[in-house]
Amino acid sequence: MKFMDEYRDAAIAKQYADAIRSTVTRPWNIMEICGGQTHAIVKFGIDELLPPDLSLVHGPGCPVCVTPLEIIDKALSIAARPEVIFCSFGDMLRVPGSTTDLFSVKAGGGDVRIVYSPMDAVKLAAANPDREVVFFAVGFETTAPANGMAVFQANRLNLKNFSILVSHVLVPPAMEAILSSPLNCVQGFLAAGHVCTVMGFTEYEPLATKYKIPIVVTGFEPLDILQGIYMCVKQLEEGRAEVENQYSRSVRRDGNFPAQEILRQVFRIIPRKWRGVGEIPQSGFGLAEEYSSFDAEVRFGLADYTAEESAECISGLVLQGQKKPFECPAFGTRCTPEHPLGATMVSSEGACAAYYLYRRRKTPSVAVSS
Amino acid sequence: MCLAVPGKILSISTEDPVMPMARVSFGGIVKEVNLAYVPTAKIGEYVIVHVGFALSTLDEAEAGRVFKYLESMGELAELEEPSA
Ligand code: SF4
Repeated sequence: MKFMDEYRDAAIAKQYADAIRSTVTRPWNIMEICGGQTHAIVKFGIDELLPPDLSLVHGPGCPVCVTPLEIIDKALSIAARPEVIFCSFGDMLRVPGSTTDLFSVKAGGGDVRIVYSPMDAVKLAAANPDREVVFFAVGFETTAPANGMAVFQANRLNLKNFSILVSHVLVPPAMEAILSSPLNCVQGFLAAGHVCTVMGFTEYEPLATKYKIPIVVTGFEPLDILQGIYMCVKQLEEGRAEVENQYSRSVRRDGNFPAQEILRQVFRIIPRKWRGVGEIPQSGFGLAEEYSSFDAEVRFGLADYTAEESAECISGLVLQGQKKPFECPAFGTRCTPEHPLGATMVSSEGACAAYYLYRRRKTPSVAVSS
Repeated sequence: MCLAVPGKILSISTEDPVMPMARVSFGGIVKEVNLAYVPTAKIGEYVIVHVGFALSTLDEAEAGRVFKYLESMGELAELEEPSA
């Protein structure tokens, strides 16, 4: 496919790998934020092309993985109600809640439907006025414009039987949380290209300056990722800490204005819990006052519910780049994509699932005690 | 989930002016895509599509940069002469 296949050229990939090798003179840790990039890195073996001194740490950029347990539990409770049609992206169905998952609720008779776009849920609400249609609005800044437009449209159509369960998270506050942790090992970032397609990249400039860290906005194909890594190590070696844009075919400095305008109208910035990580200040979207009647948590009386996460799963450390999946004692044994203990094993964009799919030989390691 | 893929606009319908829709081909698979966020996109252009919404128009001129970048950095010449 045009704009995809040509970015997988092995000869040019090798040139980038050679250029990276000749540039790196000492050890560096670079974090890719986005789960889509983690998936591509592990799938195409990009990390194995890099010099041993350069390590890629996998960031918290998989929305399925960071959706907190209590939101999953709320989804399960809403989806089990007989009057509800519960709509979700397919990859949320197997995410384990405290006791079960959406897939099991569906098997038990819950009307759970997989939709391709949140607009499909709006159409369902218009076509089924006697049912409550709830859409599970998860995702980063990439997905928020679509979900925001669904609410905007439901409001325009005056739909009273549509609501969304919101668990939107934002990338820059998560990067700041990683950088300000005393355990931080990240020295450079590959920022998520599609998040920046929406938001632009000016909000990363204060981070680059404050934490003296290079940030390269990067695409998703192998050559994009290799070029992003090359630009990042070049900055590190030269002692620069700037925001650069590798993914310029899609990302403009100021992002997408009409999309940002809908986000400003429909949402407001609030503190959010991240699964395995905990609460990060001002790190997510909730519905704006004007659209609060579309809030499923309020509609179904669930706003005050909280839940405790399992102690065995170390996905929080994986999500912050402090552990690799195969350092988890449950990896590949008690925890597999068929029976996930944590959300990073559920989504194919989650680091644990990506390692399980493409790196089975590394099951489980002895390095756990460190 | 955050996967967004490039596709080519085959046709555009502006029945609802707030939400223009397009038929977009992804290597032969055609889907309905909402163009509300790229209102100036034209037939024949490539857009990045995520959960039914086009988020940007791909810039053809910028698209080739990744192939020429190392040359422009002089990096390839250096690689050929390891003494440099
Ligand atoms: S392997 Fe499973 S239990 Fe271990 S961190 Fe990953 S998701 Fe959690």
